[in-house]
Amino acid sequence: MSAKKRSPWLTLVSILVYFFLYAPIIVLIVFSFNASRTNVVFEGVVNQGPCGPFYWYCELFRNRSVMDATRNTLIIAFTSTVVSTIIGTMAALALQRYDFFGKKVSETALYFPIVTPEIVMGIGILVFFSAVFGWINTALALAPNQRLTMGLGTVIVSHIAFSIPFVTLVVRARLHGFDDRLEEAAMDLGANEFTTFRKVTLPLIAPGVLAGAMLAFTLSLDDFIITFFTTGPGATTLPIYVYGLLRRIVTPELNALSTIWVLVVLIVVAISQWFQRRE
Amino acid sequence: MAEYAVELRNVWKRFPGPGGEVVTAVKNVSLQIYDGEFFALLGPSGCGKTTSLRMIAGFELPSEGEIFIHGRPMGKTPPYQRPVNTVFQSYALFPHMTIGENVAFGLQMKGVDKKEIARRVAEALEMVRLSGYEKRKPKQLSGGQQQRVALARALVNRPEVLLLDEPLGALDLKLRKEMQLELKRLQREVGITFIFVTHDQEEALTMSDRIAVMEGGVALQVGTANDIYEHPNCRFVADFIGETNFLDGTVAEVDTDKARIDLPGGVSLWAHTPQRVAVGQAVTVTVRPEKMHIRPNATDVNQVTGYVTDIVYIGTDTHYGVVLSGGQTIRVREQNYSAESRLLAREGEAVCVRFSIEAARVLTE
Ligand SMILES: Nc1ncnc2c1ncn2[C@@H]1O[C@H](COP(=O)(O)OP(=O)(O)OP(=O)(O)O)[C@@H](O)[C@H]1O
Ligand SMILES: [Mg+2]
Repeated sequence: MSAKKRSPWLTLVSILVYFFLYAPIIVLIVFSFNASRTNVVFEGVVNQGPCGPFYWYCELFRNRSVMDATRNTLIIAFTSTVVSTIIGTMAALALQRYDFFGKKVSETALYFPIVTPEIVMGIGILVFFSAVFGWINTALALAPNQRLTMGLGTVIVSHIAFSIPFVTLVVRARLHGFDDRLEEAAMDLGANEFTTFRKVTLPLIAPGVLAGAMLAFTLSLDDFIITFFTTGPGATTLPIYVYGLLRRIVTPELNALSTIWVLVVLIVVAISQWFQRRE
Repeated sequence: MAEYAVELRNVWKRFPGPGGEVVTAVKNVSLQIYDGEFFALLGPSGCGKTTSLRMIAGFELPSEGEIFIHGRPMGKTPPYQRPVNTVFQSYALFPHMTIGENVAFGLQMKGVDKKEIARRVAEALEMVRLSGYEKRKPKQLSGGQQQRVALARALVNRPEVLLLDEPLGALDLKLRKEMQLELKRLQREVGITFIFVTHDQEEALTMSDRIAVMEGGVALQVGTANDIYEHPNCRFVADFIGETNFLDGTVAEVDTDKARIDLPGGVSLWAHTPQRVAVGQAVTVTVRPEKMHIRPNATDVNQVTGYVTDIVYIGTDTHYGVVLSGGQTIRVREQNYSAESRLLAREGEAVCVRFSIEAARVLTE
């Protein structure tokens, strides 16, 4: 288009930026095939056991703790995604459609957690759960084995809570410029409120809803801080497990785990992008 | 079946305004619309036409008053249970559905069987001359075609009443004229009551059986095109429909259905009085430009003198601007019967403008 010459500095800076973004990931992936256990120097591609170069990947799948953490992570991610997507979408529709007293305030309050430091949220949720659980446990005089404790449930609830604002934000963006007349047209043609939502509103905002769901899913998948504060025995997630490993030995198994993780997130992001781009 | 397809009885609509005040969009409107009629709601922007239509469709509920469709009070009946369909100004076609799916939507909602839907969709698209467009998406159609799809989507349901909110607003003039004729043809074909919203007086006059002229939320006058053009009941209607002259004066003498009106500057004229007036009352007289003549041989009763300020020749007619001795400016339209007609007067020339008693109409509001 323009004949203006690009500055070589711009090219250099761009290359550097991409280098710093992707070099660690590439190193990470390469080291997942490392023959050395120590993960400090690359000593050639591992070729051991029936899995050959994928030795560390097989080790990973044989590791009970990793599998438990994976299961927990996926349960949390799926549940919190489904629930936060439904609630977040409903919130977006309500904010779009209705004028009510305190609308501005409630909308700002909804987005506030996005900018709040996660550690603050984490501590807040921890304190909240401890207080409420403590109060209920004493009030009902529950036996030690019946007491409410931190665990999968508290992690799921807190993930739902921090995902909702993101879903709402994404769906709101999609709703912007939504023609209300379309819903009126559907009702005019005999569709009741529910059918109108199912046949007209939802298909039109679906790309936004799916993008929001994908965002919620990836957020939940790699959340560390809030999970750290709300988790309990038997509810270890992958990020928590990895953090635990770091304090002991770091074998290429961890790299294998991270590689799979990166791939999963990449696929989810790609799907979400594809949905968002589709008109 | 009830006498009226749609009846509005003392309907009011108030909205909460942006600053907390109340906006009254519709004020005590009562309308009776006959079955099979082409009825227009005509008025300037913001006069409450759309609001009235939306209340009939059920998108808004009246603040006061009641709406009847074929004698049934609508109350809080939701839109999907009313026997009416709407053609929106913006068409509101479902962008994620094909034309065929758009038109089929209403029938699907009614649970009509698949074969019958296919048949009626094809029939409806043929009616609006869009056969073969079933598989396209709304985006792939021109404005006029989209407008016709919107029409087919509504008509395929065979509603008792079709509501149209400025359906031709987005079209260019030529297409607009074409669609006016087409709409009129369709309405005759299907025999459905049409309630048509427009702010274009020409459109209302050419298409409708009857017209309600609205202003500021009030239905000022309801009647046929001829009624409201020839017998406007107030200054606003006379002014809004066609071109007219207004002469302000006071009643000097009253006869059975006519009165002598004195104008400033010593001019007086006789005018028809549809309402009772009293001597000394301040009134306005309206006279349409084409009913005034400067042709010397006219035998009309009223004669006022003035001089010509401007002449506009537009082919079929010549328009003369005339300033009367009292200072009032009037416009006179003379038809050009022959090539020499435009020589009736020259600029600056003194002329005598004549018109009949019936042509002059006294307005009290
Ligand atoms: N939902 C609403 N809330 C507040 N005021 C409204 C609402 N709908 C309409 N109004 C007001 O009511 C009045 C009538 O509006 P309406 O849309 O019926 O006018 P209209 O005759 O259709 O005008 P136009 O030719 O511009 O479409 C306007 O003053 C408008 O601002
Ligand atoms: Mg309108």
